[in-house]
Amino acid sequence: MASTEKAAGVTERTAAPQAPDDLAGLDALESAQTVRTPLRETLLRKVLPPVTAVALVLAVWQILVWAEVAPPYKLASPSDVWGEVREAWLQGTLLDYIWTSVSRGLLGFLLALAIGTPLGLLVARVSFVRAAIGPILSGLQSLPSVAWVPPAVIWLGLNDSMMYAVILLGAVPSVANGLVAGIDQIPPLFLRAGRTLGATGLRGARYIVMPAALPGYVAGLKQGWAFSWRSLMAAEIIASSPDLGVGLGQLLENGRNNSSMSQVFLAILLILCVGIAIDLLIFSPLERRVLRGRGLLAGR
Amino acid sequence: MATTMAGTAEDTATAEYAARVEHVSKSFPAPGAPGGRQLVLDDITLDVAPGEFVTLLGASGCGKSTLLNLVAGLDRPSAGTIGTDGRPALMFQEHALFPWLTAGKNIELALRLRGVGKPERRQEAERLLELVRLKDAHGKRVHELSGGMRQRVALARALAQDSRLLLMDEPFAALDAITRDVLHDELTRIWRETGLSVLFVTHNVREAVRLAQRVVLLSSRPGRIARQWTVDLAQPRRLEDAAVAELSAEITEELRGEIRRHGQH
Repeated sequence: MASTEKAAGVTERTAAPQAPDDLAGLDALESAQTVRTPLRETLLRKVLPPVTAVALVLAVWQILVWAEVAPPYKLASPSDVWGEVREAWLQGTLLDYIWTSVSRGLLGFLLALAIGTPLGLLVARVSFVRAAIGPILSGLQSLPSVAWVPPAVIWLGLNDSMMYAVILLGAVPSVANGLVAGIDQIPPLFLRAGRTLGATGLRGARYIVMPAALPGYVAGLKQGWAFSWRSLMAAEIIASSPDLGVGLGQLLENGRNNSSMSQVFLAILLILCVGIAIDLLIFSPLERRVLRGRGLLAGR
Repeated sequence: MATTMAGTAEDTATAEYAARVEHVSKSFPAPGAPGGRQLVLDDITLDVAPGEFVTLLGASGCGKSTLLNLVAGLDRPSAGTIGTDGRPALMFQEHALFPWLTAGKNIELALRLRGVGKPERRQEAERLLELVRLKDAHGKRVHELSGGMRQRVALARALAQDSRLLLMDEPFAALDAITRDVLHDELTRIWRETGLSVLFVTHNVREAVRLAQRVVLLSSRPGRIARQWTVDLAQPRRLEDAAVAELSAEITEELRGEIRRHGQH
């Protein structure tokens, strides 16, 4: 054996007569180095850009207000909206508005999850079911969920169940389609490898199919949440009743009725912030974790 | 048209073969072909003795992977019988490790599916990783390993099935020449340490000669056993050994003859 140069820090093993250092040396040369990015760089790359964008939007907004491009009842100033936030906070109603909608949205989403997951499994694995409802399920995704509000009101009346019905009709197809896509995209090699290891039938579903489909499933969940939130806002804006409690959608509609542009802006801002916050706090970390574990998130 | 399983892990001492392929043919539906079917394997008869290392050599499309799939039980022969000593383990050209599990957990999954209890799984996985000389790789993610390391984890996972027969489908074809050369040494060492039977498919003549006790050459379309060579050279061998080169030249000449036959009609 010609090459016997050793990589630093690799301990020599005594076994194998055939030049053990070849292997140890190759391993040392080829192993991927994972480096953690320092905090400063994270701040610079991930926090600074969005903060800059928000600051720019605020600046343009304020300039438009100063330039009086529209009368104040059409274009509320940033300080008016901030005053609205402060007032709602001091009255203690701000968190109530948010909680009313968020609790509805999350509960509806969990229901959509409980229905969409088995439905997705059925569509993906049973060809008859796929042929029967697969196209409808994908088609439903392009139907704006606001279209379900009038029939839901007629069927169920003005109450919480009507809200949940609208959320489900919006979110279940997304969750189910995500799982179907995830299962369809499993490389056949994994299924073959699973079979040679003895993972067939239910064990195959548990140890191979479900974990392999997870990236597509999580993408479906993310979209499912977006659809839940949108459907809920549509339902809250259209169907308002004193019994329902004031969520963010009603807040928006009340703002319009009161001709209070600052309240309308406040409601839109809160709807946006909640949507972003849930995504940032729950779905993005979940997605990153799944993708990073599989090495699908290089350089990010 | 039957697949028989000869014995289980307990009575391996009495098994007379690791794999027995008798008069096996395989055809696939092909709209253009005469009779609507394309014959891929034609009357193959082949035994792999316990502890024997056999390479199956042939040009692309000669059906060697098809034969391996049949022996693995992933597909059924159109005619003939295949018997194996227990369920064989199979290693692919791609590592086929599950990316949602760490290297060690991939091995532990194979153990779990074999029915090994939780307390022993971790220990057994460590032992197998040590056997492929990846002692510290248990917690490593698949994407953190180099190509050669992945194939070694895949080998450890295949060994975790505790089969008497290891089927390998061009497992080193996607690796660079240096890594492949080193892994040949490793495979030879592990084969001698474990006493496994190996059926190794390749299109690389020197690889076949270097590793095997017996080289089986398949002709193409349909796949038939064209010729066999017993390799009586001492291990460890090197790719550049004169004897390896000489036999490789002879086999290559034969292989080229097989390929030329197809150019004539």
